[in-house]
Amino acid sequence: MNILNLDHISANQLLPEVQDAMVSAIRMGYGNPSSQHKMGEQGSEALEKARESVASLINCASPKEVVFTSGGTESVNHAVKGVALANTDKGKHLVTSNIEHNSVIRSMRRLKMMGYQVTSVPVDEHGRVNPDHVAKAIRDDTVLVSIMHANNEIGTIEPIEEIAQITREKKVTFHVDAVDSVGVLPIDVQKLGVDLLSFASNPFYGPTGVGGLYIRRGTSVWPLLEGGIQENNNRAGTENLIGIIGMGVAAELAKRDMKARLSQFKRLREKFLRELPNYIDEYIINGHPEYCLPNLVSISVKYIEGESVVLMVDDEDIEISTRSACASGSLRASHVLLSIGLEFAEAQGTLVITFGLENTEKDVVRFLTALKETVKTLRNLSPLYKKAHQTEH
Amino acid sequence: MEVMAVYSETVMDHFRNPRNVGTIDNADGVGEVGNPMCGDIMTMYLSIKDDHIDDIKFQTFGCGAAIAVSSMLTEMAKGKSIEEAKKISNKDVAKALGGLPKNKLHCSNLGADALHSALKDYEDRKAAKPKGELKRKEKHEHVGGEKCYCPYCDVEIPEGETVCTNCALTVDI
Repeated sequence: MNILNLDHISANQLLPEVQDAMVSAIRMGYGNPSSQHKMGEQGSEALEKARESVASLINCASPKEVVFTSGGTESVNHAVKGVALANTDKGKHLVTSNIEHNSVIRSMRRLKMMGYQVTSVPVDEHGRVNPDHVAKAIRDDTVLVSIMHANNEIGTIEPIEEIAQITREKKVTFHVDAVDSVGVLPIDVQKLGVDLLSFASNPFYGPTGVGGLYIRRGTSVWPLLEGGIQENNNRAGTENLIGIIGMGVAAELAKRDMKARLSQFKRLREKFLRELPNYIDEYIINGHPEYCLPNLVSISVKYIEGESVVLMVDDEDIEISTRSACASGSLRASHVLLSIGLEFAEAQGTLVITFGLENTEKDVVRFLTALKETVKTLRNLSPLYKKAHQTEH
Repeated sequence: MEVMAVYSETVMDHFRNPRNVGTIDNADGVGEVGNPMCGDIMTMYLSIKDDHIDDIKFQTFGCGAAIAVSSMLTEMAKGKSIEEAKKISNKDVAKALGGLPKNKLHCSNLGADALHSALKDYEDRKAAKPKGELKRKEKHEHVGGEKCYCPYCDVEIPEGETVCTNCALTVDI
Protein backbone atom coordinates (compact mmCIF):
# COMPACT_ATOMS: atom_id res chain seq x y z
CA MET A 1 0.00 0.00 0.00
CA ASN A 2 1.07 3.56 -0.55
CA ILE A 3 2.30 5.60 2.38
CA LEU A 4 -0.44 7.61 4.07
CA ASN A 5 0.86 10.82 5.61
CA LEU A 6 -1.27 12.06 8.50
CA ASP A 7 1.70 13.80 10.06
CA HIS A 8 1.77 16.98 8.00
CA ILE A 9 2.77 19.07 10.99
CA SER A 10 6.15 17.31 10.87
CA ALA A 11 6.72 17.65 7.14
CA ASN A 12 4.92 18.75 4.01
CA GLN A 13 6.01 17.79 0.50
CA LEU A 14 6.69 20.80 -1.71
CA LEU A 15 3.90 21.57 -4.16
CA PRO A 16 4.85 20.95 -7.81
CA GLU A 17 4.68 24.69 -8.59
CA VAL A 18 7.06 25.36 -5.70
CA GLN A 19 9.46 22.68 -6.90
CA ASP A 20 9.38 24.08 -10.45
CA ALA A 21 10.06 27.60 -9.25
CA MET A 22 13.01 26.46 -7.17
CA VAL A 23 14.51 24.31 -9.91
CA SER A 24 14.17 27.21 -12.38
CA ALA A 25 15.83 29.48 -9.85
CA ILE A 26 18.74 27.07 -9.46
CA ARG A 27 19.14 26.83 -13.26
CA MET A 28 18.83 30.58 -13.64
CA GLY A 29 21.94 31.10 -11.54
CA TYR A 30 20.94 34.29 -9.75
CA GLY A 31 23.65 36.53 -8.40
CA ASN A 32 23.92 37.80 -4.86
CA PRO A 33 21.00 40.20 -4.31
CA SER A 34 23.42 42.65 -2.68
CA SER A 35 25.58 42.88 -5.83
CA GLN A 36 25.11 45.73 -8.26
CA HIS A 37 25.72 43.84 -11.47
CA LYS A 38 22.96 42.44 -13.66
CA MET A 39 22.71 38.96 -12.16
CA GLY A 40 22.76 40.48 -8.69
CA GLU A 41 19.96 42.82 -9.62
CA GLN A 42 17.90 39.94 -10.98
CA GLY A 43 18.46 38.16 -7.70
CA SER A 44 17.32 41.24 -5.85
CA GLU A 45 14.20 41.48 -7.98
CA ALA A 46 13.34 37.82 -7.33
CA LEU A 47 13.89 38.37 -3.62
CA GLU A 48 11.59 41.39 -3.48
CA LYS A 49 8.94 39.63 -5.54
CA ALA A 50 8.90 36.80 -2.99
CA ARG A 51 8.75 39.35 -0.18
CA GLU A 52 5.67 40.94 -1.76
CA SER A 53 3.95 37.55 -2.06
CA VAL A 54 4.66 36.70 1.57
CA ALA A 55 3.69 40.18 2.80
CA SER A 56 0.44 39.89 0.87
CA LEU A 57 -0.35 36.52 2.49
CA ILE A 58 -0.35 38.08 5.97
CA ASN A 59 -1.48 41.55 4.81
CA CYS A 60 1.51 43.65 5.91
CA ALA A 61 1.25 47.41 5.47
CA SER A 62 4.50 47.22 3.51
CA PRO A 63 6.61 44.31 2.17
CA LYS A 64 9.52 45.84 4.07
CA GLU A 65 7.92 44.55 7.25
CA VAL A 66 8.84 40.97 6.27
CA VAL A 67 12.29 39.69 7.25
CA PHE A 68 13.28 36.36 5.75
CA THR A 69 14.81 33.91 8.21
CA SER A 70 15.89 30.27 8.32
CA GLY A 71 12.51 29.19 9.71
CA GLY A 72 10.10 29.46 12.59
CA THR A 73 12.68 28.80 15.28
CA GLU A 74 14.97 31.60 14.12
CA SER A 75 12.03 33.98 13.77
CA VAL A 76 10.91 33.31 17.33
CA ASN A 77 14.45 33.61 18.72
CA HIS A 78 14.88 36.85 16.80
CA ALA A 79 11.63 38.30 18.13
CA VAL A 80 11.98 37.25 21.75
CA LYS A 81 15.68 37.93 22.25
CA GLY A 82 15.74 40.89 19.86
CA VAL A 83 12.95 42.76 21.65
CA ALA A 84 14.29 41.93 25.10
CA LEU A 85 17.80 43.11 24.26
CA ALA A 86 16.65 46.26 22.46
CA ASN A 87 14.56 47.43 25.42
CA THR A 88 16.76 46.90 28.48
CA ASP A 89 16.37 50.58 29.40
CA LYS A 90 12.61 50.03 29.78
CA GLY A 91 12.79 46.85 31.78
CA LYS A 92 13.58 43.18 31.90
CA HIS A 93 10.23 41.50 32.31
CA LEU A 94 8.59 39.15 29.78
CA VAL A 95 5.12 37.61 29.68
CA THR A 96 4.22 34.35 27.95
CA SER A 97 1.88 31.36 28.32
CA ASN A 98 2.32 27.85 29.70
CA ILE A 99 1.82 26.14 26.33
CA GLU A 100 4.34 27.87 24.08
CA HIS A 101 6.69 26.12 21.70
CA ASN A 102 10.16 25.33 23.03
CA SER A 103 11.66 28.07 20.85
CA VAL A 104 9.84 30.63 22.99
CA ILE A 105 10.37 28.77 26.27
CA ARG A 106 14.07 28.21 25.77
CA SER A 107 14.72 31.73 24.43
CA MET A 108 13.10 33.11 27.56
CA ARG A 109 15.02 30.71 29.76
CA ARG A 110 18.23 31.98 28.19
CA LEU A 111 17.16 35.55 28.95
CA LYS A 112 16.40 34.55 32.53
CA MET A 113 20.02 33.49 32.84
CA MET A 114 20.86 37.07 31.85
CA GLY A 115 18.73 38.62 34.60
CA TYR A 116 15.32 38.85 32.94
CA GLN A 117 12.13 37.83 34.74
CA VAL A 118 9.38 35.81 33.10
CA THR A 119 5.69 35.51 33.98
CA SER A 120 3.94 32.58 32.34
CA VAL A 121 0.14 32.66 32.34
CA PRO A 122 -1.94 29.46 32.60
CA VAL A 123 -4.46 28.15 30.07
CA ASP A 124 -7.90 26.62 30.57
CA GLU A 125 -8.78 22.97 29.92
CA HIS A 126 -9.09 23.73 26.20
CA GLY A 127 -5.68 25.40 26.11
CA ARG A 128 -6.99 28.98 25.84
CA VAL A 129 -5.23 31.91 27.43
CA ASN A 130 -7.45 34.33 29.33
CA PRO A 131 -6.58 37.87 28.14
CA ASP A 132 -7.30 39.18 31.66
CA HIS A 133 -4.45 37.04 32.95
CA VAL A 134 -2.13 38.65 30.43
CA ALA A 135 -3.33 42.12 31.45
CA LYS A 136 -2.64 41.32 35.10
CA ALA A 137 0.79 39.87 34.34
CA ILE A 138 1.98 43.05 32.58
CA ARG A 139 4.09 45.30 34.83
CA ASP A 140 5.72 48.68 34.36
CA ASP A 141 8.95 46.98 33.37
CA THR A 142 7.36 44.50 30.93
CA VAL A 143 8.99 44.78 27.50
CA LEU A 144 7.44 41.84 25.65
CA VAL A 145 4.36 39.65 25.57
CA SER A 146 4.73 36.48 23.48
CA ILE A 147 1.70 34.24 22.92
CA MET A 148 1.28 31.67 20.17
CA HIS A 149 -1.48 31.91 17.57
CA ALA A 150 -2.27 28.19 17.32
CA ASN A 151 -0.80 25.47 19.46
CA ASN A 152 1.14 22.78 17.62
CA GLU A 153 0.11 19.94 19.96
CA ILE A 154 -3.60 20.53 20.53
CA GLY A 155 -4.46 23.03 17.77
CA THR A 156 -6.09 25.60 20.05
CA ILE A 157 -6.22 29.14 18.65
CA GLU A 158 -5.54 31.90 21.16
CA PRO A 159 -7.48 35.19 21.47
CA ILE A 160 -4.71 37.22 19.83
CA GLU A 161 -6.83 40.26 18.89
CA GLU A 162 -8.03 40.72 22.47
CA ILE A 163 -4.52 40.37 23.86
CA ALA A 164 -3.23 42.84 21.24
CA GLN A 165 -5.72 45.45 22.48
CA ILE A 166 -4.27 45.07 25.95
CA THR A 167 -0.64 45.29 24.83
CA ARG A 168 -1.42 48.37 22.70
CA GLU A 169 -3.10 50.09 25.64
CA LYS A 170 -0.22 49.23 27.92
CA LYS A 171 2.37 50.02 25.24
CA VAL A 172 4.09 46.67 25.44
CA THR A 173 5.50 44.94 22.35
CA PHE A 174 3.50 41.87 21.34
CA HIS A 175 5.00 38.90 19.50
CA VAL A 176 2.91 36.06 18.13
CA ASP A 177 4.30 32.66 17.16
CA ALA A 178 2.07 31.80 14.20
CA VAL A 179 4.21 29.05 12.70
CA ASP A 180 1.35 26.55 12.42
CA SER A 181 -1.23 29.14 11.34
CA VAL A 182 0.30 31.27 8.57
CA GLY A 183 -0.66 29.86 5.18
CA VAL A 184 -3.16 27.50 6.81
CA LEU A 185 -5.63 30.05 8.19
CA PRO A 186 -6.26 33.59 7.04
CA ILE A 187 -3.83 35.73 9.02
CA ASP A 188 -4.01 39.52 8.83
CA VAL A 189 -1.29 41.14 10.93
CA GLN A 190 -2.99 44.54 10.80
CA LYS A 191 -6.34 43.17 11.91
CA LEU A 192 -4.68 41.15 14.66
CA GLY A 193 -2.83 44.29 15.74
CA VAL A 194 0.42 42.55 16.65
CA ASP A 195 3.96 43.97 16.53
CA LEU A 196 5.85 40.84 15.53
CA LEU A 197 4.69 37.56 14.05
CA SER A 198 6.80 34.46 13.37
CA PHE A 199 6.05 32.02 10.59
CA ALA A 200 7.62 29.30 8.45
CA SER A 201 7.29 28.18 4.88
CA ASN A 202 6.82 24.40 5.19
CA PRO A 203 3.38 24.49 6.87
CA PHE A 204 2.07 25.97 3.60
CA TYR A 205 4.04 23.62 1.35
CA GLY A 206 7.13 25.72 0.86
CA PRO A 207 10.64 24.43 1.59
CA THR A 208 11.97 23.81 5.09
CA GLY A 209 14.81 26.03 6.25
CA VAL A 210 12.94 29.21 5.24
CA GLY A 211 10.65 31.35 7.31
CA GLY A 212 9.82 34.91 8.07
CA LEU A 213 9.38 37.41 10.82
CA TYR A 214 6.86 40.20 10.49
CA ILE A 215 8.16 43.32 12.22
CA ARG A 216 5.63 46.14 12.33
CA ARG A 217 7.28 49.39 11.28
CA GLY A 218 8.66 51.23 14.26
CA THR A 219 9.06 48.17 16.48
CA SER A 220 12.25 48.19 18.49
CA VAL A 221 14.05 44.88 17.96
CA TRP A 222 17.71 43.95 17.63
CA PRO A 223 18.93 41.60 14.94
CA LEU A 224 19.90 38.11 15.97
CA LEU A 225 22.53 37.80 13.25
CA GLU A 226 24.94 40.67 12.67
CA GLY A 227 27.16 41.35 9.69
CA GLY A 228 25.95 42.82 6.42
CA ILE A 229 22.93 45.03 5.92
CA GLN A 230 20.68 42.49 4.22
CA GLU A 231 16.96 42.41 5.00
CA ASN A 232 16.84 46.12 5.76
CA ASN A 233 19.61 45.63 8.30
CA ASN A 234 17.42 43.23 10.27
CA ARG A 235 19.15 39.98 9.42
CA ALA A 236 22.72 39.76 8.17
CA GLY A 237 23.94 37.08 5.78
CA THR A 238 23.39 36.37 2.10
CA GLU A 239 19.77 35.38 1.59
CA ASN A 240 18.66 31.80 0.95
CA LEU A 241 17.30 32.98 -2.38
CA ILE A 242 16.28 29.58 -3.81
CA GLY A 243 14.34 28.76 -0.65
CA ILE A 244 12.82 32.23 -0.46
CA ILE A 245 11.64 31.98 -4.07
CA GLY A 246 9.99 28.66 -3.18
CA MET A 247 8.35 30.25 -0.15
CA GLY A 248 7.07 33.15 -2.27
CA VAL A 249 5.35 30.80 -4.71
CA ALA A 250 3.94 28.72 -1.84
CA ALA A 251 2.56 31.93 -0.29
CA GLU A 252 0.84 32.90 -3.54
CA LEU A 253 -0.77 29.46 -3.79
CA ALA A 254 -1.79 29.49 -0.13
CA LYS A 255 -3.54 32.81 -0.58
CA ARG A 256 -5.19 31.75 -3.84
CA ASP A 257 -6.38 28.34 -2.55
CA MET A 258 -7.00 29.19 1.12
CA LYS A 259 -10.79 28.78 0.99
CA ALA A 260 -10.70 25.47 -0.86
CA ARG A 261 -8.03 24.10 1.46
CA LEU A 262 -9.94 25.16 4.55
CA SER A 263 -13.13 23.48 3.41
CA GLN A 264 -11.19 20.30 2.55
CA PHE A 265 -9.55 20.23 6.00
CA LYS A 266 -12.86 20.94 7.67
CA ARG A 267 -14.48 18.03 5.83
CA LEU A 268 -11.66 15.65 6.82
CA ARG A 269 -11.62 16.76 10.45
CA GLU A 270 -15.38 16.46 10.77
CA LYS A 271 -15.33 13.03 9.14
CA PHE A 272 -12.60 11.95 11.55
CA LEU A 273 -14.39 13.13 14.67
CA ARG A 274 -17.73 11.74 13.49
CA GLU A 275 -16.29 8.31 12.71
CA LEU A 276 -13.88 8.01 15.65
CA PRO A 277 -16.45 6.65 18.17
CA ASN A 278 -17.34 3.91 15.70
CA TYR A 279 -13.77 2.61 15.90
CA ILE A 280 -12.45 3.18 19.42
CA ASP A 281 -13.78 4.10 22.86
CA GLU A 282 -12.33 5.75 25.95
CA TYR A 283 -10.42 8.67 24.53
CA ILE A 284 -10.18 12.41 25.09
CA ILE A 285 -10.25 14.98 22.30
CA ASN A 286 -7.81 17.73 23.18
CA GLY A 287 -8.01 21.41 22.28
CA HIS A 288 -10.83 23.86 21.85
CA PRO A 289 -13.91 22.53 20.01
CA GLU A 290 -14.37 25.78 18.10
CA TYR A 291 -11.12 27.78 18.18
CA CYS A 292 -8.83 25.18 16.66
CA LEU A 293 -6.60 24.51 13.68
CA PRO A 294 -8.68 23.06 10.83
CA ASN A 295 -6.07 20.44 9.93
CA LEU A 296 -5.16 19.03 13.36
CA VAL A 297 -6.76 16.50 15.70
CA SER A 298 -5.21 15.65 19.06
CA ILE A 299 -6.61 12.63 20.88
CA SER A 300 -5.51 10.91 24.06
CA VAL A 301 -6.33 7.22 23.89
CA LYS A 302 -6.60 5.84 27.39
CA TYR A 303 -4.51 2.96 28.78
CA ILE A 304 -2.01 2.86 25.93
CA GLU A 305 1.21 4.66 25.04
CA GLY A 306 1.67 6.76 21.90
CA GLU A 307 5.05 5.62 20.63
CA SER A 308 3.74 2.06 20.40
CA VAL A 309 0.81 3.31 18.33
CA VAL A 310 3.11 5.27 15.99
CA LEU A 311 5.33 2.20 15.43
CA MET A 312 2.38 -0.13 14.88
CA VAL A 313 0.53 2.04 12.37
CA ASP A 314 3.86 2.70 10.64
CA ASP A 315 3.91 -1.05 9.92
CA GLU A 316 0.71 -0.32 7.98
CA ASP A 317 2.50 2.53 6.14
CA ILE A 318 0.56 5.20 8.01
CA GLU A 319 2.42 8.17 9.48
CA ILE A 320 1.14 9.95 12.57
CA SER A 321 2.75 11.72 15.50
CA THR A 322 2.59 11.31 19.28
CA ARG A 323 3.14 13.58 22.26
CA SER A 324 4.09 10.67 24.52
CA ALA A 325 7.07 11.35 26.76
CA CYS A 326 8.67 8.11 25.54
CA ALA A 327 8.85 9.46 22.00
CA SER A 328 9.82 13.01 22.85
CA GLY A 329 13.54 12.47 23.18
CA SER A 330 13.43 14.36 26.44
CA LEU A 331 11.38 11.53 28.02
CA ARG A 332 9.28 14.16 29.75
CA ALA A 333 5.56 14.54 29.52
CA SER A 334 4.38 17.34 27.24
CA HIS A 335 4.06 20.63 29.13
CA VAL A 336 1.10 21.49 26.89
CA LEU A 337 -0.86 18.38 27.81
CA LEU A 338 -0.11 18.72 31.51
CA SER A 339 -1.14 22.41 31.32
CA ILE A 340 -4.61 21.51 30.03
CA GLY A 341 -4.98 19.13 32.97
CA LEU A 342 -4.34 15.71 31.46
CA GLU A 343 -3.21 12.94 33.79
CA PHE A 344 0.26 11.64 33.17
CA ALA A 345 -0.96 8.33 31.70
CA GLU A 346 -3.43 10.17 29.45
CA ALA A 347 -0.67 12.40 28.13
CA GLN A 348 1.26 9.22 27.32
CA GLY A 349 -1.47 8.08 24.95
CA THR A 350 -1.72 11.30 22.98
CA LEU A 351 -1.73 11.13 19.18
CA VAL A 352 -1.57 14.09 16.83
CA ILE A 353 -3.13 13.63 13.41
CA THR A 354 -2.58 16.41 10.88
CA PHE A 355 -4.23 16.47 7.47
CA GLY A 356 -2.69 17.66 4.23
CA LEU A 357 -3.80 18.57 0.74
CA GLU A 358 -3.53 15.04 -0.66
CA ASN A 359 -5.65 13.44 2.09
CA THR A 360 -9.14 12.12 1.34
CA GLU A 361 -12.02 10.81 3.43
CA LYS A 362 -10.89 7.30 2.42
CA ASP A 363 -7.60 7.98 4.19
CA VAL A 364 -9.48 8.80 7.38
CA VAL A 365 -11.23 5.43 7.25
CA ARG A 366 -7.97 3.62 6.46
CA PHE A 367 -6.29 5.17 9.48
CA LEU A 368 -9.21 4.56 11.84
CA THR A 369 -9.34 0.91 10.78
CA ALA A 370 -5.65 0.51 11.59
CA LEU A 371 -6.05 2.46 14.82
CA LYS A 372 -8.87 0.19 15.99
CA GLU A 373 -6.68 -2.92 15.65
CA THR A 374 -3.67 -1.20 17.23
CA VAL A 375 -5.64 0.02 20.23
CA LYS A 376 -7.10 -3.47 20.70
CA THR A 377 -3.63 -5.07 20.62
CA LEU A 378 -2.07 -2.54 22.98
CA ARG A 379 -4.94 -2.55 25.46
CA ASN A 380 -4.69 -6.32 25.58
CA LEU A 381 -1.08 -5.71 26.65
CA SER A 382 -1.89 -2.95 29.09
CA PRO A 383 -2.08 -3.50 32.85
CA LEU A 384 -3.87 -0.14 33.15
CA TYR A 385 -6.71 -1.31 30.91
CA LYS A 386 -7.06 -4.48 32.97
CA LYS A 387 -7.20 -2.54 36.23
CA ALA A 388 -9.76 -0.05 34.93
CA HIS A 389 -12.06 -2.84 33.76
CA GLN A 390 -11.48 -5.41 36.51
CA THR A 391 -14.70 -4.67 38.34
CA GLU A 392 -16.72 -5.20 35.17
CA HIS A 393 -15.68 -8.84 34.77
CA MET B 1 26.68 -4.02 25.33
CA GLU B 2 25.73 -2.25 22.15
CA VAL B 3 23.87 1.01 22.55
CA MET B 4 21.49 1.65 19.69
CA ALA B 5 20.27 4.93 18.26
CA VAL B 6 17.09 3.28 17.00
CA TYR B 7 15.45 -0.05 17.75
CA SER B 8 17.22 -3.24 16.65
CA GLU B 9 15.50 -5.88 14.53
CA THR B 10 15.18 -8.08 17.63
CA VAL B 11 13.46 -5.27 19.54
CA MET B 12 11.05 -4.68 16.66
CA ASP B 13 10.34 -8.43 16.41
CA HIS B 14 9.45 -8.66 20.11
CA PHE B 15 7.43 -5.44 19.87
CA ARG B 16 5.48 -6.68 16.85
CA ASN B 17 5.02 -10.22 18.18
CA PRO B 18 5.27 -10.03 21.95
CA ARG B 19 5.60 -13.44 23.65
CA ASN B 20 3.71 -14.48 26.79
CA VAL B 21 1.24 -11.61 26.90
CA GLY B 22 -1.49 -11.83 29.49
CA THR B 23 -2.20 -12.65 33.10
CA ILE B 24 -2.28 -15.88 35.14
CA ASP B 25 -5.30 -16.61 37.31
CA ASN B 26 -4.24 -17.58 40.82
CA ALA B 27 -0.61 -16.77 40.04
CA ASP B 28 1.99 -17.85 42.60
CA GLY B 29 3.73 -14.50 42.38
CA VAL B 30 2.87 -11.10 40.91
CA GLY B 31 5.28 -8.18 40.51
CA GLU B 32 4.79 -4.70 39.24
CA VAL B 33 7.26 -1.91 38.59
CA GLY B 34 6.77 1.48 37.07
CA ASN B 35 8.74 4.59 36.41
CA PRO B 36 6.79 7.82 36.80
CA MET B 37 9.42 9.83 34.92
CA CYS B 38 8.48 8.38 31.56
CA GLY B 39 5.48 6.35 32.56
CA ASP B 40 6.24 2.72 31.72
CA ILE B 41 4.47 0.17 33.92
CA MET B 42 5.21 -3.57 33.81
CA THR B 43 3.32 -6.38 35.53
CA MET B 44 4.68 -9.96 35.69
CA TYR B 45 2.68 -13.05 36.68
CA LEU B 46 4.44 -16.28 37.72
CA SER B 47 3.34 -19.86 38.02
CA ILE B 48 5.93 -21.86 40.01
CA LYS B 49 6.35 -25.65 40.03
CA ASP B 50 9.20 -27.52 41.76
CA ASP B 51 11.08 -24.28 42.35
CA HIS B 52 11.01 -23.54 38.61
CA ILE B 53 9.15 -20.93 36.60
CA ASP B 54 6.54 -23.08 34.95
CA ASP B 55 4.73 -20.21 33.30
CA ILE B 56 5.19 -16.45 33.06
CA LYS B 57 2.94 -13.77 31.58
CA PHE B 58 3.20 -10.01 31.36
CA GLN B 59 1.25 -6.84 30.75
CA THR B 60 3.03 -3.60 29.93
CA PHE B 61 1.96 0.00 29.45
CA GLY B 62 4.77 1.70 27.60
CA CYS B 63 6.78 2.35 24.50
CA GLY B 64 8.14 -0.11 21.96
CA ALA B 65 11.24 -0.75 24.07
CA ALA B 66 9.22 -1.47 27.21
CA ILE B 67 7.05 -4.02 25.40
CA ALA B 68 10.06 -5.72 23.78
CA VAL B 69 11.91 -5.84 27.12
CA SER B 70 8.95 -7.50 28.85
CA SER B 71 8.56 -10.03 26.08
CA MET B 72 12.26 -10.93 25.98
CA LEU B 73 12.40 -11.21 29.76
CA THR B 74 9.57 -13.76 29.82
CA GLU B 75 11.37 -15.88 27.23
CA MET B 76 14.59 -15.74 29.25
CA ALA B 77 12.88 -16.58 32.55
CA LYS B 78 10.54 -19.35 31.43
CA GLY B 79 11.69 -22.78 32.67
CA LYS B 80 14.48 -21.34 34.83
CA SER B 81 14.89 -22.26 38.50
CA ILE B 82 14.11 -19.50 40.97
CA GLU B 83 17.77 -19.10 41.80
CA GLU B 84 18.72 -18.84 38.10
CA ALA B 85 15.89 -16.40 37.44
CA LYS B 86 17.08 -14.13 40.23
CA LYS B 87 20.36 -13.70 38.39
CA ILE B 88 18.75 -12.28 35.25
CA SER B 89 19.57 -8.58 35.11
CA ASN B 90 18.13 -5.70 33.12
CA LYS B 91 21.46 -5.55 31.35
CA ASP B 92 21.13 -9.20 30.25
CA VAL B 93 17.71 -8.41 28.75
CA ALA B 94 19.00 -5.38 26.83
CA LYS B 95 21.93 -7.45 25.57
CA ALA B 96 19.62 -10.25 24.38
CA LEU B 97 17.62 -7.62 22.50
CA GLY B 98 20.73 -6.52 20.61
CA GLY B 99 20.98 -3.29 22.56
CA LEU B 100 18.58 -0.45 23.33
CA PRO B 101 18.72 3.29 22.70
CA LYS B 102 20.74 4.87 25.46
CA ASN B 103 17.94 7.01 26.86
CA LYS B 104 15.62 3.99 27.04
CA LEU B 105 18.03 1.96 29.15
CA HIS B 106 16.72 3.03 32.52
CA CYS B 107 13.17 4.11 31.70
CA SER B 108 11.99 1.11 29.76
CA ASN B 109 14.44 -1.59 30.77
CA LEU B 110 12.60 -2.71 33.88
CA GLY B 111 11.73 -6.30 32.95
CA ALA B 112 14.14 -7.95 35.38
CA ASP B 113 12.96 -5.66 38.18
CA ALA B 114 9.38 -6.76 37.54
CA LEU B 115 10.48 -10.41 37.56
CA HIS B 116 12.44 -10.00 40.82
CA SER B 117 9.45 -8.27 42.37
CA ALA B 118 7.21 -11.20 41.35
CA LEU B 119 9.73 -13.70 42.75
CA LYS B 120 9.84 -11.81 46.03
CA ASP B 121 6.06 -11.87 46.15
CA TYR B 122 6.17 -15.66 45.65
CA GLU B 123 8.73 -16.13 48.43
CA ASP B 124 6.84 -13.85 50.79
CA ARG B 125 3.66 -15.80 50.21
CA LYS B 126 5.52 -19.09 50.77
CA ALA B 127 6.93 -17.76 54.04
CA ALA B 128 3.35 -16.86 54.88
CA LYS B 129 4.23 -13.22 55.24
CA PRO B 130 1.22 -10.93 55.13
CA LYS B 131 0.54 -10.05 51.55
CA GLY B 132 1.89 -6.60 50.87
CA GLU B 133 0.15 -4.19 48.58
CA LEU B 134 1.48 -4.12 45.05
CA LYS B 135 3.79 -1.21 45.12
CA ARG B 136 5.10 0.93 42.33
CA LYS B 137 8.40 2.60 42.79
CA GLU B 138 7.57 6.19 43.49
CA LYS B 139 11.03 7.53 42.98
CA HIS B 140 13.21 7.81 39.94
CA GLU B 141 15.76 5.09 40.67
CA HIS B 142 18.62 3.50 38.81
CA VAL B 143 17.62 0.04 39.98
CA GLY B 144 19.37 -1.98 37.34
CA GLY B 145 22.71 -0.29 37.81
CA GLU B 146 22.11 1.57 34.56
CA LYS B 147 22.89 5.24 34.43
CA CYS B 148 20.47 7.80 33.14
CA TYR B 149 21.69 9.93 30.22
CA CYS B 150 20.49 13.19 28.79
CA PRO B 151 19.08 12.37 25.37
CA TYR B 152 20.44 15.61 23.94
CA CYS B 153 23.95 16.11 25.26
CA ASP B 154 24.67 12.52 26.39
CA VAL B 155 25.90 13.69 29.77
CA GLU B 156 25.12 11.37 32.70
CA ILE B 157 22.23 12.65 34.83
CA PRO B 158 23.19 12.31 38.50
CA GLU B 159 21.22 10.15 40.92
CA GLY B 160 18.13 11.95 42.14
CA GLU B 161 18.19 14.65 39.45
CA THR B 162 15.31 14.83 37.02
CA VAL B 163 16.90 17.45 34.83
CA CYS B 164 20.15 17.41 32.90
CA THR B 165 22.55 19.63 34.78
CA ASN B 166 24.60 20.21 31.64
CA CYS B 167 22.09 21.60 29.15
CA ALA B 168 19.34 22.33 31.70
CA LEU B 169 16.85 20.32 29.71
CA THR B 170 13.46 21.09 31.14
CA VAL B 171 10.34 22.84 29.99
CA ASP B 172 9.71 24.88 33.10
CA ILE B 173 10.36 28.55 32.54
